[in-house]
Amino acid sequence: MATTPVERTNSLILHRRRGVVLNRISQGLLALAGLFVIYVLGKAAVGNPDVFLQQVLNGLQLGFIYALIALGYTMIYGIVKLINFAHGDVFMVGAFTSFFAISTAGLHRWPQMIWPGISESAATVIGTVTVIMLSMLVAGFLAVVMERFAYRPLRNMPRIAALITAIGVSFFLEYFAQLPFVYTNNYITYPRPFEITVFHADAISPPVMIGAWVVLLASAIAYAVFAQLDRKGVQWAAIWRRHPLLQFGLLLGGFLAVVMTLIGTAPSLGEGWDLTISNITVVIMISSILLQVMLQYIVQRTRMGKAMRAAAYDKPTARLMGINVDWVIAATFALGGGLAGAAGVLYATAYKQVHHLMGIMPGLKAFVAAVIGGIGSIPGAFVGALIMGQTEVLSAGFISTPMRDAIAFSMLIVVLLIRPQGIFGEPPGEKV
Amino acid sequence: MVQRLRQPSVLFLVGSLLFFVLVQILLSVGVINPYWRGILFWGAAITMVSLGLNLIYGFNGQFSLGQYGFYAIGAYASADVTYRYVHNDASGVVVLIGGCILTLLLMWGLSVFLRRFYGVQTITSFVFNLLATVLGFFLAVRFLSPALSGPMLSLLQSLPQSIAQQIVFFLALLGGAALAGIVSFLFGIPVLELGSDYFGIATLGFTIIIKVLADNTDTILPFPEMKGARGMVGIPQWTTWPWVFFSFMFVVLVMRNLLHSSTGRAIVSVREDERAAELVGIDVANTKILAFVVGSVFAGLAGGIRAHDLAFLHPQSFHFIQSFNPLIIVVFGGLGSMTGTIFAGFAWIILLEGVLRLYLPQGFETWRFVIYPLILLLMMLLRPEGLMGRYEIPFLRQKLPPLRKKVQQAIKAAVTPEVAE
Amino acid sequence: MRTRFLWTVVLIAMIALVACQPGGGGGEAEPLKIAILAPLSGDVATFGQSTRDGALLAIEEWNAKGGVLGRQIEPIVEDSQCNAEAAVSAANKVINQDQVHFIIGEVCSSASIPISEVVMSKGNVLQISPTSTNPQVTVDENGNTKSMIFRACFIDPFQGKVAAKFALEELGAQTAAVFLDQGNDYVRGLAEFFRDSFEAGGGQVVVWETYTAEDQDFSAILTKVKDANPDILYLPDYYSTVNLIAAQAREMGITAILMGGDGWDSADLDREVTDGGYYTNHYSGDDPRPIVQEWVQKYKDKYGSEPDALATLAYDAANILLQAIEKAGTDDAVKVAETMAGMEFDVVSGHISFDEYHNPVKSAVILQVKDGEIHYIATVSP
Repeated sequence: MATTPVERTNSLILHRRRGVVLNRISQGLLALAGLFVIYVLGKAAVGNPDVFLQQVLNGLQLGFIYALIALGYTMIYGIVKLINFAHGDVFMVGAFTSFFAISTAGLHRWPQMIWPGISESAATVIGTVTVIMLSMLVAGFLAVVMERFAYRPLRNMPRIAALITAIGVSFFLEYFAQLPFVYTNNYITYPRPFEITVFHADAISPPVMIGAWVVLLASAIAYAVFAQLDRKGVQWAAIWRRHPLLQFGLLLGGFLAVVMTLIGTAPSLGEGWDLTISNITVVIMISSILLQVMLQYIVQRTRMGKAMRAAAYDKPTARLMGINVDWVIAATFALGGGLAGAAGVLYATAYKQVHHLMGIMPGLKAFVAAVIGGIGSIPGAFVGALIMGQTEVLSAGFISTPMRDAIAFSMLIVVLLIRPQGIFGEPPGEKV
Repeated sequence: MVQRLRQPSVLFLVGSLLFFVLVQILLSVGVINPYWRGILFWGAAITMVSLGLNLIYGFNGQFSLGQYGFYAIGAYASADVTYRYVHNDASGVVVLIGGCILTLLLMWGLSVFLRRFYGVQTITSFVFNLLATVLGFFLAVRFLSPALSGPMLSLLQSLPQSIAQQIVFFLALLGGAALAGIVSFLFGIPVLELGSDYFGIATLGFTIIIKVLADNTDTILPFPEMKGARGMVGIPQWTTWPWVFFSFMFVVLVMRNLLHSSTGRAIVSVREDERAAELVGIDVANTKILAFVVGSVFAGLAGGIRAHDLAFLHPQSFHFIQSFNPLIIVVFGGLGSMTGTIFAGFAWIILLEGVLRLYLPQGFETWRFVIYPLILLLMMLLRPEGLMGRYEIPFLRQKLPPLRKKVQQAIKAAVTPEVAE
Repeated sequence: MRTRFLWTVVLIAMIALVACQPGGGGGEAEPLKIAILAPLSGDVATFGQSTRDGALLAIEEWNAKGGVLGRQIEPIVEDSQCNAEAAVSAANKVINQDQVHFIIGEVCSSASIPISEVVMSKGNVLQISPTSTNPQVTVDENGNTKSMIFRACFIDPFQGKVAAKFALEELGAQTAAVFLDQGNDYVRGLAEFFRDSFEAGGGQVVVWETYTAEDQDFSAILTKVKDANPDILYLPDYYSTVNLIAAQAREMGITAILMGGDGWDSADLDREVTDGGYYTNHYSGDDPRPIVQEWVQKYKDKYGSEPDALATLAYDAANILLQAIEKAGTDDAVKVAETMAGMEFDVVSGHISFDEYHNPVKSAVILQVKDGEIHYIATVSP
């Protein structure tokens, strides 16, 4: 009756049962927890639909701001695989640059000084764009300097060395900025380059709504036509199909049409409904969609973008192909820094305050958003940021205010468990 | 027995004992004033936390920012036990120790049970272990505490006060460390799957969650004595030099012996190449969890020590920005070098709280945190592999196993030219 | 190997440097050392800076008058970061290395409490905290007063009660929304006592929401306020956060009257968005008392802005301390503490005496922000 070791092992394997039942049980329990969250949110939505919709709109603003920061994060991570903790501080520098440009130099008013007869709205637009451009330049330059002196020397070292350097740069920027002769350690009220107006239902006239729908429909039809032609093998249609202008029209038209219609028709939807959106939200929405589309275009369609993708994929080989990797990485940092600078200006305009530590939390959340969306992917950062914004606002609004950050970070864990590469991420390369 | 102790071990043990006695004498004479003592204790605690991180990151390759979360768990749990004890309530001891034992038993039973199945997903084992933990602590609170708290208290009070105090403190430290271990186990099961950078961000999230919970100990969690954001007062100041020293030695010795064992070699091999490790039959997932849990236990222990030194806990001390400190120390000292971590831990505290406090002229206090990152940057640029690289002092250095006889002979033959016979 | 050796030498040198740092002796002709512990780095650095500036101004004045007990005063400033660990280290440093017997600080209760533990275990050191409101700073958890610890500010119950009473009786409010920073005990204390008094007086707190210090977007919780439409929105935080919340509340179209505590008192309060709001404070800038006018003028001359509550309280704390030393006629901290407990002081924030728990007994004023100016409304005595 003596069993040989081989048989014993076999019998052990035979006696092991499939764990499918257990898996089902645990999945069921988790699904129950998920259902509970949906139930809580759904109850809130049914019980008080106008508050719920307003919260969704609030989340949209937060999400678009995160998107601006997350885009820079995802680009830099995508190419150098470095969690650039200093990105949030570049964002802070961008905000402070615009603060000084506006409060001491009055840069946002330069069109009035040169052409005194210019119309108010045109002057505001030109002035604001100038301020944003300046902040983008300064922030981009700072990012390049950072890359040149802090990260490049460590590029061939273990990744952790660069990470610690990033933490060091972040600390340095924060605490250097708080010195009295640099910026200040105070919380400063930010002089907005343009005034905030809040749009209620009455401010949104039917032409605005119709205009948004027209943009959306036109883009959609154009897209469909180009797609059809492309399938038939028409060369120029293929280009137009992926044209940034078209994407911009689609995205912006889509968001604006839904949001504006919602707000414009709110009073007729229910008794006492008053949904609002402020012009800064619209500006942030337009800018982040614009920058997202532009980035997508740069990365997918230009020579530099091609070089970036090549360098992200395999640096030594890219170098062999005649790509100046150092230059490409510097350009990536410049782009990422510029985005952070723009985000800084818009953020400060929205919340009316600048502070030397203002970049930490938005930076971190934006990074989490980029990871959720799939790091390295530009649409991913965009979508992840929107999810992050909604998670935060809805959990603060309807689940538990103190636990809002906790829920936001749990979201990361949940998404990564379901889809380890993030929503839009490519599956990790199998390198042996 | 004596022969088995190698010379470096004897030297190290004798040396550290001498150091212990010397510091004890200096402390009781008063040469080391409270300022110095504070730096020494703080340095020891942060070094323990950093050693834990070095095990997780330096030796096992899992980039973690969660050490301060476990540090906080250890600190709050052990502080709660001693706080309750000095307020004549032994339920803290009973619930924490009993709950940990019950949970560990349940988890053990669960692992035996789960071993009979194949194809069990990570998420499944996470859910079941979570249920086991909840059940364990529920049982402890519901049944153990009412039954045992009274007898436990009278038992402790029948002992001489100083002895009872030391026992309670020991149990508190043990419980705090065990709780940190259990939580890290639960957290590690799903999250360690994620891989390095994602794991880092998830652990950072963990630290933030713990800080939020610490802020709300009296509202969300049922611990009014922790007073949430008002800070926990009334923790007895029981940490003495022997406690610090022996906890520190415990951490160093456990870590050294773990790393020198075959399990330790498995841990290191996971860092070097996960796939290769898997191919030679190492259970990568379990090895990662082991390193993570042990590292977190160290952090929990350090938290207990620190809480009873400060006699005050405030959630602000566990802000996620602080969780970069152990990481900086570990990288400073050299990833995968215990010597380096110990060295850098004390150097860090002496730099930040000692030199920069004493030597910056008045009016430049704000420069402390400008100079510190500059030094950090310079160090990283000049010596990115850390101060010590992978150097270890002889006691901590792992001796390679002796080569097999055949190989030895072959090498000998290759090295010494054969003399014709 | 050589670099390693070098680093070891560096560490030993560092230890030696620290070890050999000369501790000061306590000779007669030597200046009297007073330590100022304040957070000078991190997110509350600006509060620490105000505190330091206020205390330094007081010391400067005394030095110009010839010092105290015929000795000049030497301030020693340390950064305690509003953090228990750094605070203990800083306190131990000034006590043991610099041989200081008088400490002004800290700003946050989270740092003042551990400092008070260090001070009490040392015995002959006196601590006066300008702004820590947590009752546990001066009282240990068994309810005994810590003999060497004082404070210069209100504790939470008084201010919360004053605000609630004012809201109920003068503003006729029925409902209130309260926002609080869950991680800040000053804010939390005020909010809790406001709620208790408000509800005891027949009012109703309809929204009770928390946030964290890092939050900058309050739209989610403000939407709830808009929905509940209360009479009062109580924001007992510092001006930095109040500016953020008030701006967003105004944009959202919330019309509730804003109310707050002494954290509002700052030149950096955004008077545009808090227009019409009321807050409780220690003194009013309109107060004709010469000491108040002199203080505001001096601070403006020196630092170029109006003093905030933190600077004022630090100035008061330093003055209380120095007056007590002068009256006690000795630099023995224990005697000074005894003198201080039984003395009465006339300082910027009013006429002060200490109660049995070493909390100042003084009246509060209620101020209103209106058209970019701060107006005096009422004085409330304890």
